Amino acid sequence: MAINKLTVSMSPHDYGKDSVKKIMYGVVIAMIPALLVSVYYFGLDAIRVNLIAIAACVFFEWLFQKVFIKGKLTVVDGSAVVTGMLLAFNVPSNLPWWIIVIGALVSIGIGKMSFGGLGNNPFNPALVGRVFLLISFPVQMTSWPKVSVLNFALTDAQTGATPLAIVKEGLSNGESYSSIMNSMPHSYVDMMVGQIGGSLGEISAAALILGGLYMLFRKIITWHIPVSIIGTVAIFTAILYGINPETYADPMFHLLTGGLMLGAIFMATDMVTSPMTPKGMLVYGFGIGVITVLIRVWGAYPEGVSFAILIMNAVVPLINNWAKPKRFGETIKK
Amino acid sequence: MLKTFPKGGVHPKENKFSAGKPIETIELPKQVSIPIAQHIGAPAQPVVNKGDVVKVGQLIAKSGGFVSANIHSSVSGKVSKIDKILDTSGYKQTCIVIDVEGDEWLETIDKSKDLVANTDVSADEIRTKVLDCGIVGLGGATFPTHVKLSVPPGKTCEHLVINAVECEPYLTADHQIMMEKADEIMVGCKLIQKAIGAKKVLIGIENNKPDAIKHMSGIAKKYENIEVHALKVMYPQGGEKQLIKAVLNREVPSGGLPIDVGCVVQNVGTAFAVYEAVQKNKPLFERVVTVTGKSVAKPCNILARIGTPVNELIEFAGGLPEDTGKVVNGGPMMGKAVSTITVPVTKGTSGVLIFPQESAARPENHNCIRCGRCVSVCPMGLEPYQIKNMAVVKMFEELEKERVLDCIECGSCAYTCPAGVPLLDYIRQGKANLNKILRSKKS
Repeated sequence: MAINKLTVSMSPHDYGKDSVKKIMYGVVIAMIPALLVSVYYFGLDAIRVNLIAIAACVFFEWLFQKVFIKGKLTVVDGSAVVTGMLLAFNVPSNLPWWIIVIGALVSIGIGKMSFGGLGNNPFNPALVGRVFLLISFPVQMTSWPKVSVLNFALTDAQTGATPLAIVKEGLSNGESYSSIMNSMPHSYVDMMVGQIGGSLGEISAAALILGGLYMLFRKIITWHIPVSIIGTVAIFTAILYGINPETYADPMFHLLTGGLMLGAIFMATDMVTSPMTPKGMLVYGFGIGVITVLIRVWGAYPEGVSFAILIMNAVVPLINNWAKPKRFGETIKK
Repeated sequence: MLKTFPKGGVHPKENKFSAGKPIETIELPKQVSIPIAQHIGAPAQPVVNKGDVVKVGQLIAKSGGFVSANIHSSVSGKVSKIDKILDTSGYKQTCIVIDVEGDEWLETIDKSKDLVANTDVSADEIRTKVLDCGIVGLGGATFPTHVKLSVPPGKTCEHLVINAVECEPYLTADHQIMMEKADEIMVGCKLIQKAIGAKKVLIGIENNKPDAIKHMSGIAKKYENIEVHALKVMYPQGGEKQLIKAVLNREVPSGGLPIDVGCVVQNVGTAFAVYEAVQKNKPLFERVVTVTGKSVAKPCNILARIGTPVNELIEFAGGLPEDTGKVVNGGPMMGKAVSTITVPVTKGTSGVLIFPQESAARPENHNCIRCGRCVSVCPMGLEPYQIKNMAVVKMFEELEKERVLDCIECGSCAYTCPAGVPLLDYIRQGKANLNKILRSKKS
């Protein structure tokens, strides 16, 4: 009986094997297909943007914690890496390094650490940074390099508009949707695999869906938010298209272009800033879908996923308050 | 599709190392310490004094109220002292310490192994026997059984639900009793059924015990109105509210009891104890205890006398492993860690679980990342993260609306939390403080 130190603690004594770290690096793994596609189409620039964004986010997280929050260092938990990658995914691949660093500073500093670090931020940090950049540097943030397969030269590539911008501009010039699509240089297959202009991580719907399936399999996310967003956008745009196919884009186009897949699968599903219950998640996704379509169709910007998610982030506490789980034994007793 | 409860639950690794191991008896200890508070309710009152000679099965402490239970000597010998001794609750409790001399049983106890299947006794007789023999719920909660057998006026009981789920990982005591004592259990069920006037007996067994399901189903055919239900493995299915939901799809109302939906739930081990009490006149002074753990040399199921120091059981299972970091009385999800291994076995000791050093500590605690898993696994439909947040800022009164008192303390939330937040600790804190407030309001 050499044991003189028994641990005494309250139950439970057994614990699940999942941890914050595993979840965060699981998200990183899920982003790899989209990252590979971006390298394929944007070359080394994609890696450059990612590395700068990740390094800056990790650095700022470390700095802010060291200086302001103190306590146990949480930089290793991987959440800063996820924020960095998501920020990189949401900007054009030719963005100058200093703008990326500013984006990281806003993401981590204002979006996350000012609220007390991981778990306390009401808004998705990467989107806070992204929207800040979009408003502050509209020219750099909307000059999309044209895709070129496996071009590893770090030269200034030609830039072009995204399909969403092409359609938006065409429609506002009074052209009909079908004639715009006839002159559209991209087919739906291009949009699926990612051969279109856009932010570096958002171009390939297929790669993003693959990552989403991985996260579903790992139980990092549930189906509710992505399905609710995508379903809402599909139904809403189908109604519009049904009303007048000449002035509204078809649902398939809406689903495959812009940041919808990236937003629905990776940004809106951020655990910290999304609702707790399936019921709440469906409502939250519905809201994002509706706002996205409103901005895309009638708003000033060609794309609205980022704004939609941030707006719905703000409503999450209310949704949580409303969408309580059904209590056991509640239905019977009056 | 196998039945289970619909909302929440987790499935921890089962680790049933001692499954299929026969129930063994161990050498009598030299001394036993029998606590007078082994059940929920008032402690029993000692009726023996220092120096008294007692026999096995003799009453040594009398029930201290309606919700209380008699305590009987588990050995023969001399009462050496009545003293405060550290027991499994973690507190020093009054124990009756008996020095063992021989093994002389009361003559009234039928020691034979023969099955007495004749259930020709009245409901009152059954209740009296159960009360006299100090039977309590053997699943771990140790609620006095005679209280449950007294159906309150105005209520009727349709179903007796027998909890043979054993949803706690590691534990195999109930499993082994079913394999060895199926006939006795059935007679016990019949007796309880008679006492409460139930029409049907439903035995719920989780699907990770296919041999027990097969065996019990076979034996049940010999008796009328006993059904065996195979259930999907899901913790905490052994919670009585979850079990009733799984077997009958009835929901016990919040704050209510199983009888509100016409059910009484009894553990399968309790059914066996009732059989022994009524048919064999044997008080509850021994029970089956699973001794197990990842580094235990010989995981086993032991028929142990109440009051035996736990270390003697561990010795029988191959001794305390070198790397021991924690010893738990009960299962890994709801059991209690003990501070010393000399604590006595009580009526509620369903298992002695030994954790190695590396899994003794709790996981590192991070910020809540609001993943919502605690909400999705809570079988009672509560929001553990919310209760925690409110307990932190001492909003105890408001916790009533969050239904904190519904919590069955199954620990699924803390088990599943990826950030290692000790959610159940906060919930217990909230419950205790809310109860205090409610009590002070009443008085």
